[in-house]
Amino acid sequence: MTDAAVHAVNPDQQARVRLSGREICKSFGPAQVLFDVSIDLHAGEVHALLGENGAGKSTLVKILSGYHQPTSGALSLDQADVTFEDSEVAENHGVILIHQELNLAEQLTVEENIFLGREIKRGWFLDKAVMRAEAKKLLDQLQCDVDPRTRIKDLAVSDRQMVEIAKALSKNADILILDEPTAVLTGREVDILFDQIRRLREQGVAILYISHKLDEIKAIADRVTVLRDGRLITTEPVTDVEKDDMARLMVGRDIKQMFPDRAPVEAHDVAMSVRNVSVDGQVRDASFDLRRGEVLGFAGIVGAGRTALMEAIIGLRDRSSGEIERNGEPVSIHSLQDAKKCGIAYLTKDRKGSGLLLNMDMRPNLTLLALEKFGTVILNRKAEEAALANAIEAFDIRAADPKAKVGDFSGGNQQKLLLAKVMETDPEVVIIDEPTRGIDIGTKSQIYHFIGDLTKRGKSVILLSSEMPEMLGLSDRIAVMAAGRITGILEGNDRNEHEIMRHATGISGKQGVSVYE
Amino acid sequence: MSSLERSEASTSSGFNIDFKALGPFLALVGLFVLGTGINDAFLSGGNLSNIFTRAAFIGIIAVGATFVITAGGIDLSVGSMAAFISGAMIVVMNTLVATLGAGIETVLIGVVLSVLLGIAAGAVNGLVSTKGKIEAFIVTLGTMGIYRSLVTYMADGGTLSLDFDVRGVYRPVYYGDILGIPVPVLVFFAVAVAGYVLLNMTPFGRKCFAIGSNEQVARYSAIHVDRVKTLTYVIQGLCVSVATIIYVPRLGSASSSTGVLWELEAIAAVIIGGTMLKGGYGRIWGTVIGAIMLTTIGNILNLTDAISNYLNGAVQGLIIIVAVFLQRGDWRRKKSK
Ligand SMILES: Nc1ncnc2c1ncn2[C@@H]1O[C@H](COP(=O)(O)OP(=O)(O)OP(=O)(O)O)[C@@H](O)[C@H]1O
Ligand SMILES: [Mg+2]
Repeated sequence: MTDAAVHAVNPDQQARVRLSGREICKSFGPAQVLFDVSIDLHAGEVHALLGENGAGKSTLVKILSGYHQPTSGALSLDQADVTFEDSEVAENHGVILIHQELNLAEQLTVEENIFLGREIKRGWFLDKAVMRAEAKKLLDQLQCDVDPRTRIKDLAVSDRQMVEIAKALSKNADILILDEPTAVLTGREVDILFDQIRRLREQGVAILYISHKLDEIKAIADRVTVLRDGRLITTEPVTDVEKDDMARLMVGRDIKQMFPDRAPVEAHDVAMSVRNVSVDGQVRDASFDLRRGEVLGFAGIVGAGRTALMEAIIGLRDRSSGEIERNGEPVSIHSLQDAKKCGIAYLTKDRKGSGLLLNMDMRPNLTLLALEKFGTVILNRKAEEAALANAIEAFDIRAADPKAKVGDFSGGNQQKLLLAKVMETDPEVVIIDEPTRGIDIGTKSQIYHFIGDLTKRGKSVILLSSEMPEMLGLSDRIAVMAAGRITGILEGNDRNEHEIMRHATGISGKQGVSVYE
Repeated sequence: MSSLERSEASTSSGFNIDFKALGPFLALVGLFVLGTGINDAFLSGGNLSNIFTRAAFIGIIAVGATFVITAGGIDLSVGSMAAFISGAMIVVMNTLVATLGAGIETVLIGVVLSVLLGIAAGAVNGLVSTKGKIEAFIVTLGTMGIYRSLVTYMADGGTLSLDFDVRGVYRPVYYGDILGIPVPVLVFFAVAVAGYVLLNMTPFGRKCFAIGSNEQVARYSAIHVDRVKTLTYVIQGLCVSVATIIYVPRLGSASSSTGVLWELEAIAAVIIGGTMLKGGYGRIWGTVIGAIMLTTIGNILNLTDAISNYLNGAVQGLIIIVAVFLQRGDWRRKKSK
């Protein structure tokens, strides 16, 4: 157990190796995903783990925390060999992993989740009052004002992530591993999380931190380890590597151009107009034109109504008023099927919950949205296989085993498959919600170029994103929403962070300013 | 879906026998070996045809249940539905004897009625659960009671018997054979083939898989989720009606105890066959084998004195639990979570 009173950054402390993995190899069936990877976690240090999607980061940390067994190689804790038969053994040794995918029981409340399996009891009964107070304290520490009695299913994803973090904190970790905790967090929440990480570091906790956001790595990490294709590339102090170096080490090449070049579009050639669309309680009177071949960004703080507006346009949500025109003709869209017929496709931001069938392989996933293309009476399996081969090629989907369930794919490859699925309907208008959540920098650039190519082929794209560089780098124009209204559509030199923030927060509003940092 | 099975097989290291797909089949072979060992009469043509003919009822119903369960639903009302449809058929055919006489026409009208009732009863289950947004378990638990009490009411608490002459005309549907193969077995085979094609080779089948594995994803994939789900219940109703059409000439009567616990046997056949109860994965051939296994167990117990016949249910229950345990496949691996 670490003494909480240890003074910060004392050099001996820094060098104290807590948990280490030696020459770890891991195979899933015939596919080997880790090759002789060694890593040391030091007390009082934040160690960042970097790598492309599918590099094996999650697999490595699952081995370090007892969720997987290494195929070969060994773990040691405080210089003594150790085996974690399962995650419970690892937790008893103080090793806690916060998973990349949220692992909460949806039907249970926040407090029940935090104390799941470790319920506080008085006599034979649960001591609910104490657990509620404890949960409240933990959440307060994270400045997260959700009621401990709320059910998880009623929480936004970012709040769910904060609950995961609270749960991990409550376990008094000695060695804390966070697998992409910030993928779903807003800027303010990231700041709070970093404060907590710094506090733990000062208490001597060894922290392993995975993220695709290189700014974050620069801000929080002491050392970085880079994995590529399951192999250890390097471990260095963070001060010795610049962001460009990190990207190059991860990808194995220079990323020359992050964003595609944009060509000017004809202002009068309108692919879709949205007129006075309202959704009860979420969107008020939204109107805009989408020009052919443009990327129209939609910015706004969380809860501004962007997703609600898009879902209303494609018929997934009831409109209380409003019309939609395609190529100047009014169209009637009341379901996703209608939207599909009008050539409008929607790429969901929730790729696991509403995008992909995780228990199936790639082929049924790819063709699901465009099923009628593959036969109205009998499905043409050959055509499906051919479409899959095309998609793997066109979207550069890299799967160790193409017949594996897509749930076992890395995030980036899932995202590319989702994009391929949506494009299989050959839509004219594509609405893309958070296309790069949890995606590595190389793949991000690839996805940006896919989007650029779409517009070159005359497709029109609506982009929803909470990442400012993405918004600015991809969009020709940016519509900003606040409290359910479109407060401005920015063009030319107005397309900048300052103007976006001004419109996103109203004139006086300050809350959420750090959403874009 | 064969690709899924293949991936299972290729990822399991060592020898490449796909236990998950072959499991039910191997178990059936095992049962046959056991049966032969216990009594030579087991393999006689008469006994085998008896097994398959009996398996046909549950099997046909279970093919329908495979659709419902693959799409993430459940139908508890099939046994009552079968009783209700038999009762209605008998009442109507008996009434028609006065006007049409005891001929083919009377039987045909009975058959058409059965099909219509099956479709209607299935549609009720499907529409109430999808449009009313009520769990299928609850809805079909309700209709289970409703259909059952309707037949009790029709029979006035007793037994409805089919007119003796009609019975003579109708008889071949159960007792007849073509090229030595009993009619029920042929119908069972035809239903299974149709079910296989529909579930594995058509867009409809694919949509069933998608809905069962994640309804939200299906909805975001522009699938008419409610329509597809309702159709699975209609298919189930149709299968019940086909099974009933074969069943009526066998006993020639219907009462409140007709078809009791068939829903459990049908669901058991589906699950033994490898379809997942939580939806998203279904196998028609597995279901067929599951149905044959269940009747074979009963048959073997009949042929031996070692275990009392009254323990049939216990042995079936045991087999279901063991089958599902073996299929899960992780009994070979070490606990991984
Ligand atoms: N349970 C599993 N069965 C089969 N293959 C798996 C399994 N888990 C992971 N893989 C494969 O191992 C490789 C590494 O996956 P891993 O999840 O560790 O990547 P990652 O670096 O965490 O990627 P990301 O940044 O997308 O989260 C991938 O090719 C993935 O498909
Ligand atoms: Mg990962």
